[in-house]
Amino acid sequence: MGISNLIFALSLVTAIFLFRRNVLKIKRNIFLGRDVNRSDQSFLRWKTMARVALGQTKMMVKPIAGFLHVIVYAGFVIINIEVLEIIIDGLFGTHRVFSFLGVFYDFLIASFEILALLVLLACVLFFIRRNGLRLKRFAAKEVSGWPKTDANLILVFEVLLMGAFLLMQGADLALQKMGTAYYVEAGSYPVSSYLLFLFEGMSESSVILFERFFWWVHILGIFAFLNYLPYSKHLHIVLAFPNTYYSNLKAKGAFTNMDSVTQEVKLMLDPDADPYATPDPDSSDDIQRFGAKDVTDLNWVQLMNAYSCTECGRCTSECPANQTGKLLSPRKIMMDTRDRLETYGAEIDAGDDQENQRPLLDGYISREELWACTTCNACTDACPINIDPLSIILDMRRYLVMEESAAPNELNMVFTNIENNGAPWQFSAADRLKWKDEL
Amino acid sequence: MNYDMNDVKKIHVPTMAELMAKGEQPDVLFWVGCAGSFDDRAKKITKAFVKILNHINYKFAVLGTEESCSGDPAKRAGNEFLFQMQAMANIEVMNAYEVKRIVTTCPHCFNTLKNEYPDLGGHYEVVHHTQLLQSLIDEGRLTVEGGAYKGKKITFHDPCYLGRANEVYDAPRTLIEKLDAELVEMKRCKSKGLCCGAGGAQMFKEPEKGAKDVNIERTEDAIETSAEIIATGCPFCNTMMTDGVKNKEKEEQVKVLDLAEMIAQANDL
Repeated sequence: MGISNLIFALSLVTAIFLFRRNVLKIKRNIFLGRDVNRSDQSFLRWKTMARVALGQTKMMVKPIAGFLHVIVYAGFVIINIEVLEIIIDGLFGTHRVFSFLGVFYDFLIASFEILALLVLLACVLFFIRRNGLRLKRFAAKEVSGWPKTDANLILVFEVLLMGAFLLMQGADLALQKMGTAYYVEAGSYPVSSYLLFLFEGMSESSVILFERFFWWVHILGIFAFLNYLPYSKHLHIVLAFPNTYYSNLKAKGAFTNMDSVTQEVKLMLDPDADPYATPDPDSSDDIQRFGAKDVTDLNWVQLMNAYSCTECGRCTSECPANQTGKLLSPRKIMMDTRDRLETYGAEIDAGDDQENQRPLLDGYISREELWACTTCNACTDACPINIDPLSIILDMRRYLVMEESAAPNELNMVFTNIENNGAPWQFSAADRLKWKDEL
Repeated sequence: MNYDMNDVKKIHVPTMAELMAKGEQPDVLFWVGCAGSFDDRAKKITKAFVKILNHINYKFAVLGTEESCSGDPAKRAGNEFLFQMQAMANIEVMNAYEVKRIVTTCPHCFNTLKNEYPDLGGHYEVVHHTQLLQSLIDEGRLTVEGGAYKGKKITFHDPCYLGRANEVYDAPRTLIEKLDAELVEMKRCKSKGLCCGAGGAQMFKEPEKGAKDVNIERTEDAIETSAEIIATGCPFCNTMMTDGVKNKEKEEQVKVLDLAEMIAQANDL
């Protein structure tokens, strides 16, 4: 085992250690949320995950972007087989350890190369589309600044990784042709064989230097990218899977029933209930507020949604309120939830209480945004990985109405009318059947 | 006798209480909804639907004054307390009458009764009136003549709580076909249909400030199809689209109608 194997092993362990630490932190943050039971109908859940996350069916609603995304996604997944070989080689000082697979190895290497080229081209196109075409959903206010940098960094990262991979392959092929010891002749190189000219006339040792350089750039780049994920919207490549698995399977129109409210309403309607009874000490140990003021009032699926969001903005571009110039943007709801949850988590790590922190409501999401929603479900329908911004909007409205009585005035009048007349307008309940006389 | 002639024409709207007194059960409870009961425009839809049911002697009943707001606007505005009070009171009434099947002309009531009442003890088979009309046509109980609508260009605006919320897209479109009309789709339709702007209790408040009202945006979609009729299946969409058409000063060229009204008119009811 040489010094380079040791350096490699150290980098690998460090990369995994750091990644694991950040993943656990994210997991802890997600489970700061309230409990919600999504363990039912496991067959349907697996099916949803296979269809939506693995099969990317909802991405294909926009065919061009969807197709390019499938290329990058397939490339990412398949090229990981190559990463496995690189890790084994790096740890044990072997070279192309899978080359004994023969013709199958040729096939693997060839498909990696073609995919790498396609991923590279797709990322370049994505970069041009994102920065050159001025698409409305990429020019919105909530994605200026860091989110925009984040998006571009991901694309640049992938271009560099794929570039390093192909150059490494090219140098390797040049060495194979030179008959250099250690560089076994194996694999098929449909793309990097066009890069051979780069190494023409170079000495064997310079080519080895280039090969090693690109090999290290590629694998260290992957380790760095892995550790960039927890800080990036790119985390969706991992969380898209649990996110679709645990997504809402009910009809979109079915809004959750608040069982805590059911208990109280039943008591109110029960003529035998004792209004002065002291609450059962066993059942009321966990007093929750109605609705959501801050991230910890949301459930863990909603918080996982926030970490899964890759800020594509398909929700916002379908939102009727956003399209007509209102402040509401469902994407911003998700981004705000993640931002707030991350500061919340950071406060826990720092051992501070949350006293001086701005809560999600008013600190991040304004009331004007919440009241602009028509609850039309266009956002949840548009999301390629079944994120539900509407449930967060509803929970925050619930807080505003039931804890703060802070509904817009017109709605307070509607509530009064429903309570008194059984209709949102000021009509007498006794007149409900008057239309019959007009027949 | 002249009175008998009038009696034949008279339309009966029995209440559940009346039927119960006679020891009878209807085949379906017609949930009229607040808009259908009180709003002048929506009442026309209610009356048209009742005329169709009478025309084919379908045994239905209404709750009349025993009906109360389903609670939909309260729920979507975040007032879960009020919603559940309404729901439980309604469920108590309907369970007392042993209601099994409900039809409603309002997608908001439809969604709430179908999806949100079961958690509170109200288990019913709930259908939207376009679904009931379609099945009546399929069963041969109702025949529809194209009549005045034959060959007319009609576009259908998908109500969010019928379409996306409950994935009912075909029933209303089938009815348009039965009218021998030409169905023209808006660029955004079915699961991609744009909201009219009324949902989530927006109907009852001023919109937040913005560049445009949602109903105007949607009306523009409809006008773009150059349809003569915008068909809807929701009293609130109807109001929003009617306002939108007025705003665009197109009342002469474009009518906003509910499918029940169109079928009633096509059958000269």
